[in-house]
Amino acid sequence: MGAQAFVRSETIPAMPPPAREHGLAGWLREHLFSGPLNIALTLLSVLFLWWLVPTLLNFLIFDATWTGDDRAACIVTAERPRVGACWPFVFERINFFIYGFYPANERWRVDTFFVLLAIGIVWLLASWAPGKRAAALYFFVVLPVLSVMLLLGFAPLRLSYVPTSLWGGILVTVVVSAVGIVFSLPLGVILALGRRSSMPAVRLFSIVFIEFVRGVPLITVLFMASVMLPLFVPEEWSPDKLLRALIGVALFAAAYMAEVVRAGLQAIPRGQYEGAQALGLSYWQMMGLIILPQALRITIPNIVNSNIALFKDTTLVFIVGIFDFLRTIEAARIDPKWATPVTSTTGYAFAAIFYFLCCWMMSRYAKSVERRLATGHRR
Amino acid sequence: MSEESNKRQGAADVPAVEIVGMHKWFGEFHVLRDINLTVARGERIVICGPSGSGKSTMIRCINRLEDYQRGRVAVDGVLLTNDLKRIDEVRREVGMVFQHFNLFPHLTVMENLTLAPIWVRKMPKKEAEDIARHYLERVRIPEQAHKYPGQLSGGQQQRVAIARALCMNPKIMLFDEPTSALDPEMVKEVLQTMVELAESGMTMLVVTHEMGFARQVADRIVFMDEGQILEINAPAEFFANPKHERTKLFLSQILH
Repeated sequence: MGAQAFVRSETIPAMPPPAREHGLAGWLREHLFSGPLNIALTLLSVLFLWWLVPTLLNFLIFDATWTGDDRAACIVTAERPRVGACWPFVFERINFFIYGFYPANERWRVDTFFVLLAIGIVWLLASWAPGKRAAALYFFVVLPVLSVMLLLGFAPLRLSYVPTSLWGGILVTVVVSAVGIVFSLPLGVILALGRRSSMPAVRLFSIVFIEFVRGVPLITVLFMASVMLPLFVPEEWSPDKLLRALIGVALFAAAYMAEVVRAGLQAIPRGQYEGAQALGLSYWQMMGLIILPQALRITIPNIVNSNIALFKDTTLVFIVGIFDFLRTIEAARIDPKWATPVTSTTGYAFAAIFYFLCCWMMSRYAKSVERRLATGHRR
Repeated sequence: MSEESNKRQGAADVPAVEIVGMHKWFGEFHVLRDINLTVARGERIVICGPSGSGKSTMIRCINRLEDYQRGRVAVDGVLLTNDLKRIDEVRREVGMVFQHFNLFPHLTVMENLTLAPIWVRKMPKKEAEDIARHYLERVRIPEQAHKYPGQLSGGQQQRVAIARALCMNPKIMLFDEPTSALDPEMVKEVLQTMVELAESGMTMLVVTHEMGFARQVADRIVFMDEGQILEINAPAEFFANPKHERTKLFLSQILH
């Protein structure tokens, strides 16, 4: 044996991989045509896109009407047998879609709110933005106060009072979603910790709350908040209609968030708790410094997923008479001035684009976080 | 350091750890049966025995990661009860090193080391970092301070874990199979650190299968089986002349 032992004396230089395994041809072979099933699926997908994409582009762009003052621009005539989206309708009513009945000369306040909110979101979430502690302070303390002063009115700064019944459109959708998202996370964390608590009363309350709220539809919660509450509380004590809906949405979202956070807590190994305890950390120090930072980090994709669902669920506030974005489109599309066969479709297409863009951005964010976590050393 | 603890340190007759008639059950299962062990200040105890014999459970009772149902455990004169204040008081004075390191993966090595001094001892950050650097120097990895635990080898992680426990300036150190999860090449560097620590006069209770370490460092070796202490003896006597049949069998299996 010993005499035949093989010993390499030089290192073999690295060689490029065979051509059919990389480059465009290799990619196509591997991903689109690797077997009969894959080939069939590729062809089916191509056929589907072949049918869908031209139809969509024709309606939205090529056959669409881009200028006009009323329904005359968008109706089918002998010269124009095919009519696509009626964009002048959207252009004319865009302010209604964004602000609802918010007084026209006060709308700059809403615009300022949007800008402040966008700054907060980017500052808090973008990985390159510095000063996360200041960002959190701005987002969770400064921004809410400023927003209430701006949107509702603040006499010392001569911002006149605008009742929430005049709010509408994208403004309401954004306010309801933002409040739901911002409040559901801390409430959800508390409920999740409560559900894992060793104190029976705390645990029981958390379980009952979570299971009760998860067991009823959001519509029921909203009805309870807006119809039932005034029956029990005197008129002058009963809070604003929008505020009631906001509380309902926040509590509803918190119950779902609690379960998402609990899943994250369960993924943290017991050794982390023991390591923290052995150093003498108290329960809240252990949770706040060791367990939650890790649990929330791995839960971010699921938190965003819940938030996407919540964002779309906010349209349900229309059933208690609040004019959210979708409701403004509902109201505008039956306007006789723009009564054409394509008006409703155009309105809904506009709504779809808006909701898609918002949700898509959220999911892109979740994706980027996932990538950062997968490659990062912070686990 | 508070006046009170100084007073306690002054009383030389108070043992570091005193376990009297301790029993523990996991549900119906009687894991620890009538454990009696007194550890003097500065003493190094090695606890060995077959797996499942209750070694880890016993030392975890000392800093109350496990509770017990009968008997009593006093650490540095403080009786461990259900009183959370006392448990925290004891945990501050008892450092623990785990089989799986249990470093905090989302914090850097430096943050791992300074977290407890800053939050539990209320130490200024600057001072905590100076102490952390001192102990990193002592476990010979000062250059890794700004890395995350995941970037270190197992042996380095365990040395960070030892440094983390030392940063709290503990009076007693517990080691729960500190080398069992390491690759063979890394066992030596961790044992070396532990030997140096032992030479510095630290009170240590070590659960381990490393008999070479036991022979070199231990003042007494405790042999456990089926939740009971079967034999306590000085190393020379323990290896050369084991009293209990079970000890003889155990030694014949692990020493070749």
